Amino acid sequence: MQTFLEEVNERINGVPIQRCYHCRKCTAGCPTASYMEFNPNRVVKMIQNGERDKVLRSSTIWLCLSCETCITRCPNEVDIARMMDVLRQMAIESGIGARERNVLKFHEAFLSGIKMGGRINEPMMMVQYKLKSGDLFSDITLAPGMFLKGKLALVSPRTKDLKSVQDIFEKTKSS
Amino acid sequence: MKVSYYPGCSLHATGKEYDQSMKAVSRALGIEIKEVDDWSCCGASSAHSTNFDLSIALPARNLIAAQKDALDVMVPCAACFNRFKMAEHHLKADDKLKTKIEDVIGGKYQPNFAIRNPVDIIYNDIGIEALKGKTKKDLGGLKPVSYYGCLLLRPPEVCEFDDYENPYMMDKILTAIGADVKNWSYKTDCCGGSLAISKTKIVVDMCDKLMSAAREAGANCVVTACPLCMANLDMRPSRKLRLPVFYFTELISLAMDLPEAKDTFKSHIFDPQPLLKQLRLI
Repeated sequence: MQTFLEEVNERINGVPIQRCYHCRKCTAGCPTASYMEFNPNRVVKMIQNGERDKVLRSSTIWLCLSCETCITRCPNEVDIARMMDVLRQMAIESGIGARERNVLKFHEAFLSGIKMGGRINEPMMMVQYKLKSGDLFSDITLAPGMFLKGKLALVSPRTKDLKSVQDIFEKTKSS
Repeated sequence: MKVSYYPGCSLHATGKEYDQSMKAVSRALGIEIKEVDDWSCCGASSAHSTNFDLSIALPARNLIAAQKDALDVMVPCAACFNRFKMAEHHLKADDKLKTKIEDVIGGKYQPNFAIRNPVDIIYNDIGIEALKGKTKKDLGGLKPVSYYGCLLLRPPEVCEFDDYENPYMMDKILTAIGADVKNWSYKTDCCGGSLAISKTKIVVDMCDKLMSAAREAGANCVVTACPLCMANLDMRPSRKLRLPVFYFTELISLAMDLPEAKDTFKSHIFDPQPLLKQLRLI
């Protein structure tokens, strides 16, 4: 059976993460490290230690913004940003879900918006997010101003060949 | 010059000022644009956070659609630009993935164009001197800091854009049109991106840090080339720290005194018109 480390490395399909020598440049440059349960370089160590459950259940992987500062500055080219993507995908696939529930609810609302119209209609996507997350009232004061300024159009052009977009979702489902 | 144009979803909604000013400036600078046929969303953060193949296939559908025109694709949105470049990077490097994605889309990926952001097109193809020559209005009182954010620059070997720790193209463009550009060390810091909706508090902190730094640098406005940075900086900072935020194309349009220039300022959430009136620019 594959170890957690082997599995993560296979999915990253690049530089093996054990090349990390913990200089902490990734953590130093990470804009959300101070909000995270475990610092990015600590996650590397935890993967090496086989702490699968702890990593996949952590808030850290959902607070990563994919700003790519870590991979840009890593002296060993360890792709921390890609590692975070991989960990999120593994948490979803294994049924663990997301410790930061609303972050994943947002992604789901966004992707279902693409499936519905080929392009995102922002107001509809927000309604979807609010229904999924139950977070009904946040940002509600921003909406009237945005409507008045024409930033939230209820109807926007869709992709005509919608089926071609929906097929992409269907065919990439299991991966 | 003629380019394919991929506006992306934001430019039809929250980022409409970018689309409007981009089109006006393109017309005035002689950049002819042809929208990519029947384009679809690039998938943004939500695709790559949840499903790798989807995150490549969604932009690839658009890249394949753009092949027909064989023109460089101009992608104003930094997020779409990043996803396009990322898809290109993986498809060129990994034959197995390429075959898989071609099967998913039902078309061959044969790239015959470059993926480009308008900052690069205006800086490198139009050129600073030509831009200077077309400037009619003195933006002297305007003191912007240029804010590049993440997605135009990182990772550098994917984006192939500008100096990734100290980018300068937008600074030089703004200087060429007469703005008094302020230097600062937050050019490439993150605004909080897509966490704005699900983790708002974190994004407020991040935007406050940027606005405080801009003020410290002596700026009276912030300039961006990304609709997500715009949305966050325009809506999320604490009230007392806010500064007007512009797309770089809005300021080019203003400096060139284009008839459309005034149209886009009205729809900003934090109204930039008092500042522009005070400086007698509108």
